[in-house]
Amino acid sequence: MISGVLAQASFWKAAGIIATVVVTSSTGEVLTAAAMKSMGDLDDIRAKSGLGGAIKAVVTSPLFMGGIFFMAVAFFSLLFALNHMNLSLVGPAAASLTLVTNTVAAQLFLHEKVDRRRWTAAVLVCVGVYFLAH
Amino acid sequence: MAHHRLTFNQYLILAFVSVSVPLGDAALSRGMTSLPSISISHPLTLIGAVFTPWIALGIALLIGYFASYLTALSWADLTFVMPATALGNVFVALLAHYWLHENISYMRWMGIVMITVGVAFVAHGPANTTPLANAVIAPEELDAKEAGR
Repeated sequence: MISGVLAQASFWKAAGIIATVVVTSSTGEVLTAAAMKSMGDLDDIRAKSGLGGAIKAVVTSPLFMGGIFFMAVAFFSLLFALNHMNLSLVGPAAASLTLVTNTVAAQLFLHEKVDRRRWTAAVLVCVGVYFLAH
Repeated sequence: MAHHRLTFNQYLILAFVSVSVPLGDAALSRGMTSLPSISISHPLTLIGAVFTPWIALGIALLIGYFASYLTALSWADLTFVMPATALGNVFVALLAHYWLHENISYMRWMGIVMITVGVAFVAHGPANTTPLANAVIAPEELDAKEAGR
């Protein structure tokens, strides 16, 4: 009975830590993608303004800084997760779940055309990453 | 620059994004598992972990990844870059099998096949479906031009 409760508590703790990594990571990646889309092709910017101009264009974007903040939170959540769980659990779980949340967020917030081909690819990669970990 | 057909350099950037993440994660895992258990009530000890060699190597790889990832996002959709770069997982599994002689189960082979097919699916479509800020030609116009050829 007690071992069952403890196992359930440790399951919810693991799920909570992985969910934190997934949500913060997705928020960071969508904000960063929005920033990069809003400034355009970096190769074109570098050709016009040099490497310094390209770096300046990136680091002065508020969306990018928001993305960096959430990515930093995701990074430290990942470190915390790796300290408590195996990479073979955290890596695939976070990677495959982030793929699904990112696909939904990209369609909703970045207005990307996520057609059947992209959904198929996202699901195949998501399940493939899960299988690869077992 | 056409945003639908990727150049050789753009494929190289996607390849680096793929490989640097699993290698960086492996370095972070090695560094973190060698440290004593860190409590959530002492978050500052996580900052100290950053200066250990394996964590530092992991961070260096992830910085390289981030620079390449940002470049990729400037000419491709997030929903294109994510699956396309998942090939790194396959690369690490094959490296472990052929170089380290690790055993790969049927389930893992199935995972490798699924990821490869998924990448092929997304790579066959357009890299970008939204207009870029400094794009001279919008993707829809580019489609129309290519169709007219």
